[in-house]
Amino acid sequence: MSDPRARIGNTGTGFSYEEPLVFELSRPGRIGYSLPAYDVPPVDAVQMLPDGSVRDDIEGMPEVSEVDVVRHFTRMSTWNASVDLGLYPLGSCTMKYNPKINERAARLGGFADAHPLQPASEQQGFLELCHRLENELAEICGMDRVTLQPAAGAQGELAGIMMIRAYHEHRGELRSKILVPDSAHGTNPASAALNGYEVVAIPSDEDGILHPEAIEAVMSEDVAGLMITNPSTLGLFEEHVVRICEIVHAKGGLVYGDGANLNALLGIARPGDLGIDVMHINLHKTFSTPHGGGGPGSGPVGVKNVLAPYLPTPVVRELAGAEGAGFVLDYDLPQSIGRLHANFGNAGMFVRAHAYIRSLGPDGLKRCAEMAVLNANYLLARLRTAYHVPFDRAVMHECVLTDRSLQDTGVTTLDVAKRLIDYGYHPPTIYFPLIVHGAIMIEPTESESLDGLDRFADAMLAIAQEAREDADTVRTAPHHTRRSRLDETRAARKPILRWQPAARD
Amino acid sequence: MRYIPHTENEIQRMLDAVGLSQLDELFDAIPQKQRLARPLDLRRAVSEQELWGELKTLAARNASTETHDCFLGAGVYPHFTPAVVDALTSRSEFTTAYTPYQPEISQGTLQTIFEWQTMICGLTGCDVANASMYDGASASAEAALMAMRATRRSKVVVAAGLHPHYRDVLRTYLNGLRAEIVEAPLADDGRTAPLAEQVDGATACVILQQPNFLGAIEDVRAAAEAASACGAKLAVTVTEALSLALLTPPGELGADIVCGEAQSFGVPMSLGGPHLGFMATRQKLLRQLPGRLVGETVDTEGRRGYVLTLATREQHIRREKATSNICTNQGLCLLMATIYLCLHGRRGLRALAELNLAKAEYAKARVRENPALSLPLEAPTFNEFVVGVPDVAAALERARADRLLGGLDLAPYAPDLGPALLVCTTELVSREAIDRLVAALAGDAS
Ligand SMILES: Cc1ncc(COP(=O)(O)O)c(C=O)c1O
Repeated sequence: MSDPRARIGNTGTGFSYEEPLVFELSRPGRIGYSLPAYDVPPVDAVQMLPDGSVRDDIEGMPEVSEVDVVRHFTRMSTWNASVDLGLYPLGSCTMKYNPKINERAARLGGFADAHPLQPASEQQGFLELCHRLENELAEICGMDRVTLQPAAGAQGELAGIMMIRAYHEHRGELRSKILVPDSAHGTNPASAALNGYEVVAIPSDEDGILHPEAIEAVMSEDVAGLMITNPSTLGLFEEHVVRICEIVHAKGGLVYGDGANLNALLGIARPGDLGIDVMHINLHKTFSTPHGGGGPGSGPVGVKNVLAPYLPTPVVRELAGAEGAGFVLDYDLPQSIGRLHANFGNAGMFVRAHAYIRSLGPDGLKRCAEMAVLNANYLLARLRTAYHVPFDRAVMHECVLTDRSLQDTGVTTLDVAKRLIDYGYHPPTIYFPLIVHGAIMIEPTESESLDGLDRFADAMLAIAQEAREDADTVRTAPHHTRRSRLDETRAARKPILRWQPAARD
Repeated sequence: MRYIPHTENEIQRMLDAVGLSQLDELFDAIPQKQRLARPLDLRRAVSEQELWGELKTLAARNASTETHDCFLGAGVYPHFTPAVVDALTSRSEFTTAYTPYQPEISQGTLQTIFEWQTMICGLTGCDVANASMYDGASASAEAALMAMRATRRSKVVVAAGLHPHYRDVLRTYLNGLRAEIVEAPLADDGRTAPLAEQVDGATACVILQQPNFLGAIEDVRAAAEAASACGAKLAVTVTEALSLALLTPPGELGADIVCGEAQSFGVPMSLGGPHLGFMATRQKLLRQLPGRLVGETVDTEGRRGYVLTLATREQHIRREKATSNICTNQGLCLLMATIYLCLHGRRGLRALAELNLAKAEYAKARVRENPALSLPLEAPTFNEFVVGVPDVAAALERARADRLLGGLDLAPYAPDLGPALLVCTTELVSREAIDRLVAALAGDAS
């Protein structure tokens, strides 16, 4: 703001644009729309509808031109970091490249402009695509059946937990607990609780992985199941997963697999072969559908045959024999947990994920896992001298470091993250998993090349050195963004959650 | 593989750096017998050109508004979307970012959400709105959960006019929670009958859809009074968000929670998703709200900026005590809707809503004057209404032969109505298409 050009041009500095709220751009009488002419008689809504049912003006709606809107959002877009701009090593989120052909395919009229309730005969192309994708995901995960309905990973977890509940209830058992490792993502305990289960946290061992004894100690006939993330949120393969599943199964429980980290296992190992009974897959992670600034995602769930009767309805079914050929949405699943989505899930994501799987094929998918794991191990090797490694083992697709080696400098994980921004990188996931103090969780994905990784590692190492030589610069970063650190405490203390004209005067 | 940059030479150098000799050793933590000993049984990879051909072939086997005039609504509405929406939404700065955890480099997403929250408050007559739910159905279920938390009660009264799929989702979500669901029936005119009987001191909330599934415009104020007389909350679900530009905002009529589906605001129908659940409420229920919220603040230099806020409601902080398990939401659809709302603005949205109303009134008049057809419900409607036909299958078959997606067969949803279709008329259907639909449904020779 100290730059005088900012005030004269009202655009920031040079081509770095400040952008007001759209409401502040509004000018009475401007329009940004064009509507078709009436080909039917106009009606007077106030006269037509019951007294009091027609509203007044919509308070605060902007009046802007099409040009205003285009510039407004284009300028705002320049304030975002994104995968297409550079490395986005947000651990646990698999920020891989999102292929452009997938975007184009999802926009085909026969997908984008089709109504979900049009008759099955009028959506055979879509139903066949669903059928293909279900089979592909089942093969990749080693599962017997797949539902595409859940809208994201967390809704997939909920679906899986509900199927576990239905399975036990069908056998006349009322179990009340779900085991969740303390390293699990927050959605795991939240999903179990949302379905009325008591959550029992399992502490991780000193070596970072789950040990059979810890499960054995708490596994009882009151435990409906265990939720396990493999590779774990520490980026480690749960080496005892087979034994752990046996322990849970022996007491009548089922095992839920959080598939958020499936990218590490593509073509290498299949959760279904390891004893997992039900799992979700985040299409927006492993299968490259874009993260969209927070979503949409898609969270298909794979199950073993024991849980197939409880799948959410409807399910896609291929017609056979006398029924003729083709596909239908089938509601006839009497033990189903019911419906989870208003329609059939985030269908546009199915198109993209299927396109991705077709583009890579079996060899390409395996290559993803290999390169993702190679990249993570390479970064770990380059960074381990400067950052503390809490669990010193070979990692899978991501590695977790901490700020412990910087402790004497006063520089924290948050500072390292903010300083990375000055070097042009989106920071890794920080302070997760919660069990690692000061966690820095780095997932480079297979999309990054060796030279890209080297530059990132150089930046991380430079920051570690800066912490010793010029801690202040690190602690007050970022310095090269259009906003410096934002006051989150203030935002929470007196929440301002919308623009109000009166408050401006 | 064009998405993976590694050359063989680089792979070797990287393996050397980590002290391994071959790729296989990267997975040493996985015991051999747990590994997949064969290639995945998937079809071989195809080139971009071949893939495009495959997907075009699949897409061509679906009807769409490109090939048909669409009279289907029922929660998913065919509207025209200005080119600007997709052009801006396609910018990869928006598309390929994720949840704005790092506000200094996410102001584009954050400011968009702040603008969305503001406009949803204006549209619904509420004080606060969140940054999206999966869809209207899960938003309604979350509204019930929210009311149950706020009232510490467990009975949910659901108007029979709530979209049947939403009712199904509500049942799914509440199963396992010792909640009771009671249905409030519709009166003969298509609106919810007076609620006094179902609502009592154990009721956490009433869920009412406006306009309801059969298109009827409900008396929200009466429902709010019935609910509040018993200390229950009223949640109003809106599936056709465009109606918010015409009808009195539910928040002004006493609704405590207004939620639903905002697909109508520029989000493609896309065979049912991804769409855009929204949720708004009163200030005093703020801490019970599920999902992400964006708030205004300042940076260290005092400059205005936006951040995710009140995260202590959310799963990543509160785990099993969170208000919801939602994490990934419908962010990019929220961007589409925000752009759409900005374009239409104060006047355009209302004008568009009036055009939809006029199309429906024209269609109803044509139905009314046709002796083979009827309008079984008398309640006022917006852009959707029920048409009684002599024979649903025959009517839909004739419509299909004329390239019309001729409305939704209500037999599975409202069997008491007899043979009937739910018909929706948006700005996308012309008078001429409406005339053809009426003729097809009635079996008039053209
Ligand atoms: C390990 C893990 N589990 C579950 C989830 C939840 O998935 P979603 O955000 O798709 O709901 C995530 C991601 O956000 C995750 O990283």
